[in-house]
Amino acid sequence: MALTTKHLEMTLETQVESVNLAEEMCLRVAEAAGFGEDDCYRIGMSVREGVINAFHYGNQERPEKKIHLAVDLTADKMIIHVLDEGIGFKLSDVPDPLAEENLLSTSGRGIFLMRAFMDEFDVVPGKTGGAEIVMSKKLPAPGSASPNGRGGQNATPQQEA
Amino acid sequence: MSLHATHRDAGQVTVVDLSGRITLGDGSALLRKTIRGLLEDQRRKILLNLADVDYIDSSGIGELVSGFTAVKNQSGDLKLLHLTKKVKDLLQITKLYTVFDVFTDEGAALRSFS
Repeated sequence: MALTTKHLEMTLETQVESVNLAEEMCLRVAEAAGFGEDDCYRIGMSVREGVINAFHYGNQERPEKKIHLAVDLTADKMIIHVLDEGIGFKLSDVPDPLAEENLLSTSGRGIFLMRAFMDEFDVVPGKTGGAEIVMSKKLPAPGSASPNGRGGQNATPQQEA
Repeated sequence: MSLHATHRDAGQVTVVDLSGRITLGDGSALLRKTIRGLLEDQRRKILLNLADVDYIDSSGIGELVSGFTAVKNQSGDLKLLHLTKKVKDLLQITKLYTVFDVFTDEGAALRSFS
């Protein structure tokens, strides 16, 4: 049987409102795909943190730059891409927020949270020259409980303009 | 849902009742403004009641830490009350649960300041 991948993407402005917009859009996809409440929370939080990272660190809050968000729904997982138009960064350069000397830092926990909440997480060089965050969450098994009462593995997300 | 904050005095302690989301933008900004305003009024014993805060992102965590440090720097104390499960989990995985004094009973929290 052929496995289909559903894909949607949107280009976001570099502004605070884009964080909520991205979270809401991905939550709708996650709910339609059958994720339960806890996983939806983790996915939504990870998308927030990915877009905050692009907004603040990648694009340096410069309004002329864009944030590119894409979601792929494959047969077994939901994959989220967040691409900025900055200069990129290496994961190995990101300080560990759990280190004693960083515990009282007022920033730097976004990458940690995405890693904690998603099944797979990586940062790769993006086609814009910026950083592309790629993270995924395995879909719930078919027929498993769906507390939100919607969707399942084969649900189709709403296509965004 | 945006953040709402009201505060009340309980002796030397100011209890700040928060509800909504502490996230990048207005939520974090309101928390910062509230704590800085209390410090300007010489209120340095602050108890944040998070019973109705069901969501905090990394920006909100940063603002909690910033407030904690600002209060400590003025020889005060900032403590947390009534964490929801999600907020408690978030503070635990970021190892901040052991940094803050966290209470489940307001009376006990108020007595701890004396």
